[in-house]
Amino acid sequence: METVVAVLVDGVIYASWLFIMAAGLTIIYGVMRILNMAHGSLYALGAYAAATFAGAWLNGGHAPLGSYLMLGLAALAVGLVLGPVIERGLLRFTYGRDEIVLVLVTYALFLILEDLVKLVWGVESYFITEPYGLLGNVEFGTLSYPVYSAVVVLAAVAIGLGLRWGIYRTRYGKLLIAVIHDREMSAALGIDVRRVYLVTFTLGTTLAAIGGAITAPTVSVVPGMGVEVIVLAFAVIVIGGLGSMPGAALGAIIVGLVRSAAVHWAPQVELFSIYAAMAFVLAFRPRGLFVAPEARKI
Amino acid sequence: MKPLDRTVRRLGIALVALLAISPLLPDWALFLVTVSLAKGLVALGLVLLMRTGLVSFGQGLYYALGAYTAGMAPRFFGAQDALFMVLAGTASAAMVCAVLGLLIARYRAIFFAMLSLAFSMILYGLLVKSPALGSTDGFNAGAQTVAGLPLTGMVARYALYVLALLCAFASAALLHRYLASHLGRLTPAVRDNELRVEYMGASVRNVVHLNLVLASALAGAGGAIAALAVGHVDPETAYWTTSGEFVFVAILSGTGNVAAPFVGAVLLELLRNFAYAHAPNTWQLVVGGVMLLVILFLPEGLWSLFRRRRPGTA
Repeated sequence: METVVAVLVDGVIYASWLFIMAAGLTIIYGVMRILNMAHGSLYALGAYAAATFAGAWLNGGHAPLGSYLMLGLAALAVGLVLGPVIERGLLRFTYGRDEIVLVLVTYALFLILEDLVKLVWGVESYFITEPYGLLGNVEFGTLSYPVYSAVVVLAAVAIGLGLRWGIYRTRYGKLLIAVIHDREMSAALGIDVRRVYLVTFTLGTTLAAIGGAITAPTVSVVPGMGVEVIVLAFAVIVIGGLGSMPGAALGAIIVGLVRSAAVHWAPQVELFSIYAAMAFVLAFRPRGLFVAPEARKI
Repeated sequence: MKPLDRTVRRLGIALVALLAISPLLPDWALFLVTVSLAKGLVALGLVLLMRTGLVSFGQGLYYALGAYTAGMAPRFFGAQDALFMVLAGTASAAMVCAVLGLLIARYRAIFFAMLSLAFSMILYGLLVKSPALGSTDGFNAGAQTVAGLPLTGMVARYALYVLALLCAFASAALLHRYLASHLGRLTPAVRDNELRVEYMGASVRNVVHLNLVLASALAGAGGAIAALAVGHVDPETAYWTTSGEFVFVAILSGTGNVAAPFVGAVLLELLRNFAYAHAPNTWQLVVGGVMLLVILFLPEGLWSLFRRRRPGTA
């Protein structure tokens, strides 16, 4: 019984983190049809920036609670600077090319960013554990969890609800939906598609950086931390259906629970349980859970 | 007997030339070309898939299967011959793909790419958790003989070079022949319009499945040759970054010609070696930068450079 609770709680915490990563990836794919391999690098950049910002804040002798503000600021700084730079500086030259070519463009970007991270921050690891322990622990029966994990879950829920509100309840969100459905027709109706792309990519980048910043206190920030994240987030959004926000949420919960169940009951299959789950879902729902079948073209 | 067509003749000339200059090549160049040819074989399989309209981000699965089969051959079959190891690696990859293909052949576009990636990551997960196979460290691989000839020192490197060359030549020539056959002609047709192929009475599923198996066999052979040349196998061969590199080679070279992937593989390996030697901390940056330049300015791949210089030859 206790293990079941542990599996569920761990699964939800892991799923929240996965959702933040997957939401950015799926919104970029939904609007721009780019499966962004550099998402993992942006996650790593968010983590590095968070470690730097929060580290500087704490070393300056300021109030420890302010380090949370620094985590957020770091994520915003990375997202708002790198998002537009990458979209305007590189991606806009590749629009209209094959989806696979776009994957390779972002793969090249991933290689470049990985080395840039090493150039800027060096190869040693960074620790910024203060925000993690600051809020103390909470007891679940005999299990003890850091309150920080609850913050991660709340952040994921807030991001999910915020995106939902932004997409379905605001004018800009409706423009976004129009572009998703038919790019050319939206452009013909006077929607500035270029700006929608810019905003979408920046939003996706910021979400990746938030994912990184929120994780930074719980791990050691090291080079190469983004590599595994990419395929995990891919698995999540492929399970849910590419471009679908509810799909990303459900995919994150499935992957989160599968992984935490594997960790507790069968640690030797942990690594491939996620991909097995993805293969299983795709075997029955070839386009993911939340995507309607597409008509074959003649 | 029909006269040899132009591509096969040119491949033959290249083969003879590469064999002839091999005694002049330094040790590192022999090794580099051997490994590049092995990777070129995998990329050749990807070229076939791309002509079918599919891009696999999981060729590392078959590459790793080939490598591990070659590495385990002495332990499990008592075999010491390099030729046997390459054949065993090819066969094991093809057999696994024949089964997985039943499922994968139904998928297209990004879903095909992601599903093949999932399977290669499953193998990676299994290998990492197998202490008998050395977990993350892998184990050493090697052959005692090649086609009965004992392998020692410099002879070993040279023999593997010749073996890789012959494999590459045979695969490229056979694949070229296949693409010109009745069955092979269906390959671009499937990419262009599956429904019409079905209306003509051909089975899209069978064509895709066959091409998948051919591509996996090439990847298996490449994995086995690479394992023998490097002398070591590890789970990294099944990781998604390895598969990504193969896709990169295929895109870099272009899908226009069966020789292109080998040229592309050699160039990438050279680039990586020089970047590694001159900018050890930023070699990924150099490789990534070159990749972007090729994608942006040579949309048809490096092979289009060769074509433009000789107008009139398609």
